[in-house]
Amino acid sequence: MSVRRKKGVAPYLVLGGLIFMALVWLFPMYIAFINSFKPEKEFIQNGVLSLPHHWDFSKFGKFWGEVDFTKKLMNSAQVSICVAIIGVFLSFLTAYAIGIGRVKGRIWILGFFMVAFTIPQEALIYPLYSVSKTLNLYDNIWSIIIIFGVMSTGFGTYLLSSVMSTFPDELLEAARVDGASPWRILRSIVLPLLRPTLFVLATMFFIFTWNEFLIPLVMLPSNNNQTVTLAMAVTTGQYTSDPTARAAAALIGFMPSVIFFLIFQRTLMRGITLGAVK
Amino acid sequence: MSSRVQQTRQYYWYAVPGITAFAALVGGSFAYNIYLSFNNWQGIGTPEWVGLANYQELFHDRVFWISFLHAFEFIFAMSLIPTALGLMIAALIYDFISKHFGNAISTFLRISLYVPQIIALPVVGILWAWMLSPNVGVINTILRKMGLSNLALNWLGQSSTAMFALSIMMIWIQVGYTIVIFISGMSRLDPYLDEAAQLDGATWFERFRIVTIPQLYPEISVVLLTTTVAALKVFGPVYVMTNGGPGDATQVPAYFSYFHFFSTLKVGYGASIATVLALLLTVLAIGLLKFQRKMGLLR
Repeated sequence: MSVRRKKGVAPYLVLGGLIFMALVWLFPMYIAFINSFKPEKEFIQNGVLSLPHHWDFSKFGKFWGEVDFTKKLMNSAQVSICVAIIGVFLSFLTAYAIGIGRVKGRIWILGFFMVAFTIPQEALIYPLYSVSKTLNLYDNIWSIIIIFGVMSTGFGTYLLSSVMSTFPDELLEAARVDGASPWRILRSIVLPLLRPTLFVLATMFFIFTWNEFLIPLVMLPSNNNQTVTLAMAVTTGQYTSDPTARAAAALIGFMPSVIFFLIFQRTLMRGITLGAVK
Repeated sequence: MSSRVQQTRQYYWYAVPGITAFAALVGGSFAYNIYLSFNNWQGIGTPEWVGLANYQELFHDRVFWISFLHAFEFIFAMSLIPTALGLMIAALIYDFISKHFGNAISTFLRISLYVPQIIALPVVGILWAWMLSPNVGVINTILRKMGLSNLALNWLGQSSTAMFALSIMMIWIQVGYTIVIFISGMSRLDPYLDEAAQLDGATWFERFRIVTIPQLYPEISVVLLTTTVAALKVFGPVYVMTNGGPGDATQVPAYFSYFHFFSTLKVGYGASIATVLALLLTVLAIGLLKFQRKMGLLR
């Protein structure tokens, strides 16, 4: 039996205020939504706030076809999935040496990865650009897969080694006494127990990479190699004359992230809070 | 004992791929960037060694100083205001909404406020162009409907309001991140402290200030550190909204270096800006961590 406490008005005021704020926060998405279905004539006549009278579905297909959005989706998916795999793989191995192996100098190794977190991408971009040209990796989707896969290792190592350092010592000691090698401990104890955390990390890498912007902008000039995010920055400029087409483009552009987010919301939130405070 | 040492050595091998790749790609690029900052180079041919000339030029470049000033101003919109707002909202959601109205509503609020965090910046740029556009934009349309036509300004098009308009957008982006971290922090707090204060007759705001905030210091310091670094690094919002303009009204170091790399082709000069920014950020981050540790804010 729960005791019902008197609520008073205050909670309702708070509720009203916060819901109002949430609606304000969602408002830009709502504006993109109604205008993407609005025929251009209606937009010119009735302005930005009115609901469409005729729901015009044609702009989505037009934008999709013109920028070959299927291709961009495939590019983004390929980059994000490969980065998630490479990033988790490298982070896991490095964090294993630090968190479970407790190797000497682990503080320095972590510090090295952490300092790299403060270096802005602008301080890396020109060397990456010019070296990738000499290596013939320029305008090749694998260049950004390698770059992001390796760069993710900084955050991934930090997060996983802090999780692994909380691992029960008795379990590891028992395995060592039984003569288990590091490889054996990794495979039969650490990996199975850490699988959910690795999945959280992979989800974070996926969505971070999906939204990456500066490095693809520099490294992938040709239309065929663009990611969704990059296409949003580059091609929508062509639609300035038709604002409702831009709205449709925005809607198509953020749908994949929003759908992905709603599916993996809990996983992602766990990762974000895990990363902030161990 | 010796077998334990031997075993520890075996573990080094696991760190080799990650450290090598990271050192080569991140460390190597940064070292190359520093080297470039001592050269004049157009991106083709051989770089010409000029020593500290680029840094001397930076020192006298008005735009360089302005860009850093703007980056520090963005600490308000990306770090301080979102942290304060996030603390307040997280506490309200945790204390009022979850308790009285259930998890469904609090999840809805959290997700709505977090959505701007997962939308890619170029899309954010399109959405906010809709909000801020001088003639057909949402904000000005609403202002005109309210009879406030003289407040319907060209927000991004004039120097006096461009920083302000960008700042509003950044608060919209950042608040969700702080709320999520603070709500998760609140779930580990000791409820008895709050109840004791309540029995002593403390109001909600007093409890928020005296009980909740001090217990959240670890979260607050992490959020302040990461968002301050993000503010000084800011590039995307400036790229998609203003390109640093009008004039230099929203110029920031990251965009300024990008501009010299790829527009003026003064690669060495761009590299020197990026180097200064990287060093500043590193010193600042280490300083903040040390300060927080000294104050006992970090465990």
